[in-house]
Amino acid sequence: MTVFLLKRILIGLVTLALASMVVFAIMELLPGDPARLMLGMNATAESVSALRTQMGLDDPIHLRYLNWVGGMLVGDFGRSFTYSAPVIGLIAERAVVSLPLALIALVLSTIIAIPVGIFAAARRGRAGDTVSMGAAQIGVAVPNFWFALMLVYVFAVWLQLVPAGGFPGWGGGIWPGLRALILPAVALALPQAAILARVTRSAMLEVLGEDYIRTARAKGMPRRHVLWRHALRNAMIPVLTIMGLQFAFLLAGTIIIENVFYLPGLGRLVFQAITQRDLIVVEGVVMLLVASVIVINLLVDLCYALVDPRLRAAR
Amino acid sequence: MSLLEIEKLRLDIAGIPILKGIDLSIAQGEVMGIVGESGSGKSMTALTVMKLLPEASRAAGRVTFDGIDILAAPEAAMNKLRGDDVGMVFQEPMTALNPVKTIGEQVAEGIRWHTGASRANAEDRARAMLDRVGLPERQFPLNRYPHELSGGQRQRVVIAIACALSPKLLVADEPTTALDVVLQAQILDLLRDLVRERGMGLMLISHDLAVVAEMADRITIMRHGEVLEAGPAADILAAQKHPYTKQLAHASTHVPEVRRSHTPRPVGEVAPQARMAGERPEDRSRPPLLSIADVVKDYPGRRSSLFRKPEPFRAVDGVSFDLREGQSIALVGRSGCGKSTLARMILALDRPTAGSIRLLGDELSDKSEPQLRPLRRSMQVVFQDPYGSFDPRHNVERLVAEPLHLLETRPDRAERRERVAAALAEVGLQAADMEKYPHEFSGGQRQRLSIARALITRPKLIVADEPVSALDVSIRAQILDLFADLNHRLDVAYLFITHDLTVARAITDDVMVMHDGKIVERGRTGAVLDDPQSEAGRALVDAAPDLERALARRNAPA
Repeated sequence: MTVFLLKRILIGLVTLALASMVVFAIMELLPGDPARLMLGMNATAESVSALRTQMGLDDPIHLRYLNWVGGMLVGDFGRSFTYSAPVIGLIAERAVVSLPLALIALVLSTIIAIPVGIFAAARRGRAGDTVSMGAAQIGVAVPNFWFALMLVYVFAVWLQLVPAGGFPGWGGGIWPGLRALILPAVALALPQAAILARVTRSAMLEVLGEDYIRTARAKGMPRRHVLWRHALRNAMIPVLTIMGLQFAFLLAGTIIIENVFYLPGLGRLVFQAITQRDLIVVEGVVMLLVASVIVINLLVDLCYALVDPRLRAAR
Repeated sequence: MSLLEIEKLRLDIAGIPILKGIDLSIAQGEVMGIVGESGSGKSMTALTVMKLLPEASRAAGRVTFDGIDILAAPEAAMNKLRGDDVGMVFQEPMTALNPVKTIGEQVAEGIRWHTGASRANAEDRARAMLDRVGLPERQFPLNRYPHELSGGQRQRVVIAIACALSPKLLVADEPTTALDVVLQAQILDLLRDLVRERGMGLMLISHDLAVVAEMADRITIMRHGEVLEAGPAADILAAQKHPYTKQLAHASTHVPEVRRSHTPRPVGEVAPQARMAGERPEDRSRPPLLSIADVVKDYPGRRSSLFRKPEPFRAVDGVSFDLREGQSIALVGRSGCGKSTLARMILALDRPTAGSIRLLGDELSDKSEPQLRPLRRSMQVVFQDPYGSFDPRHNVERLVAEPLHLLETRPDRAERRERVAAALAEVGLQAADMEKYPHEFSGGQRQRLSIARALITRPKLIVADEPVSALDVSIRAQILDLFADLNHRLDVAYLFITHDLTVARAITDDVMVMHDGKIVERGRTGAVLDDPQSEAGRALVDAAPDLERALARRNAPA
């Protein structure tokens, strides 16, 4: 078990190092001189070159890479050209919106999807299965921004239960913040839940065909009991895999939803940074996302081992 | 009144009739053997008693267990019955246990559910039951997981689950088919003792008449969803009135015609064809077809701690033997003795840790894949499972022609078809079968296809890993005939890997007994099987189910 974990952590660190090289290399290759961008088109060649020296842009490439990585290790992600503020601060400001949003959406999608998937698997081929999987099909097909607009129309405009957009910050207490995140979380969660429900269903169906399910039934266990106690845990491996991928997506793949709801999240930050060629911000956010994906995969691996004793023994 | 009474049971699955009016009864404490080949409906009869039938099935007739009408009983009543009054043991122990639950949980679960016992109390009872089935606490604590147990040990856990509440009836569907003969004998002994000491009725289902012969009070012979013959075991076995019963009894001890008339070829003698071609006995001095010397294979062991180097596991431990052209040798041994590992190395699918393997005088173990190509032409393989060894999306022409890529020059399409047709004819199939897909063939025909695939490069050696153990006895006899015939006509040498001694007896000249990675005995097949010298050989021979012996034992006063 310890060996398994250490090995995973090591693999994660190597992945992170490789990713940092790739990100750095791509940023190097992109056209555009950051110093020129900062100073504007009218700046003289001398002032640009002075700034380049000051920013270390004329250093050899490996030195610049090491500086960049070393900075990140101590929490210094550089300064944004457009916001003229430290990148770390910008990210932190946005993460307090994106992280809770992603978490709520993930929890929501899980608590919808798993029971629906189990229900559909248990009633395979019958009306309950057809209806719930039909709904899931629609959930996968409908784009989430359209869905978001419908939610805004019903709950914000018509019923006026929640704000239509914007984020008041956590300063005014937890509730106003949460209220602003409910609709976007639902809009994000439903399509994910639809995918997860289908995965849960097919994983359950596969497990329900296994011999040990028959053994449990031959023991006199009722169908329900067999479903929850014997089948579910065995069906969790593919479900966990998809959940891990979804969380990574929810964390930053939400540019459209953040725009629809006017949320100052990471997705919007990176979108604006790209349009304004604020490469240092892009680099920082990308590295943060890579790190979080690696951490999440580590957690998923850990969950695999908790679910399946065979993996605990594996090297 | 009997414990279990089945009258005119009919069963359809998705409109296809599976059972066509089965009558069967089992009395308290009685052992009923049900014998039949695949598709006879014996498993479906068992599942009907448990009412664990597939969804699309419809049953009619009467099934009465202990006064309860099973077919009419609601699910809740069945849940009370299953695991309490009726227990069931299945064929495949490797998959019958839930991989994510400990064996203790799995045995205790039924006890808690049926008796309402506390967790601690149920665990005590599970412990006692596991002790009873031969899994003592010191080696098998309750918190063991199924993957930490071997097949035989897992089957003991399944038996513990089924017998934990001393059911009135135990249904055992091919409980030993997936196990080697020694384990089979142990599990059958365990079942017999449990049935006796708890007064249980036993429905013992098997395709093997010899297995049932040693256990059953009464026997029912089934075929195509019908009961052909039923009665006291001694009568059925002695009289073999029904021709099908006779066929079953004969098929299991079948010896191919060509071999019966054939005197085993002494070690080192050349093939008759070769002799006719004018070769001389001094050719004996040429290198043997296959020569194996001091072969060792280590697998990395499981790491017990982060800082200790894992102890390697020695699967094959210093094996040496020769195989001459046209010779047929059986490699017998219990599961896990290393025989499949050895076969993989001979086929150059795995490299030995040490030692040498020579085919036609060429060393295999240090060659790269391209260098091995011409050698691979001379050796081919036939696997156990004729279902799993074909890609279902390829047609027969493509499947059988597959090894042709080993040839120096790739044959053109016409020549390829010609060769495939010839190979199919060799194994008794039609050239027209080329266009078909694997699912259009029966198990026996598929095994013929895999033999055709092996023959297409005209190999000198075929390694066959349990080639008939997945087949019904009557089909098995036909395939053994085919193997014997090919050996006779084409002079192909065989290495048969098997734990089934009747197969060894049927078609091999020599037998090698393997145990714990070593070859502990080698000799003429008849001599070894009649009078094994090694302990491992004796264990195998004693454990092998034998119809004659069972009959003799029955007739002797108890």
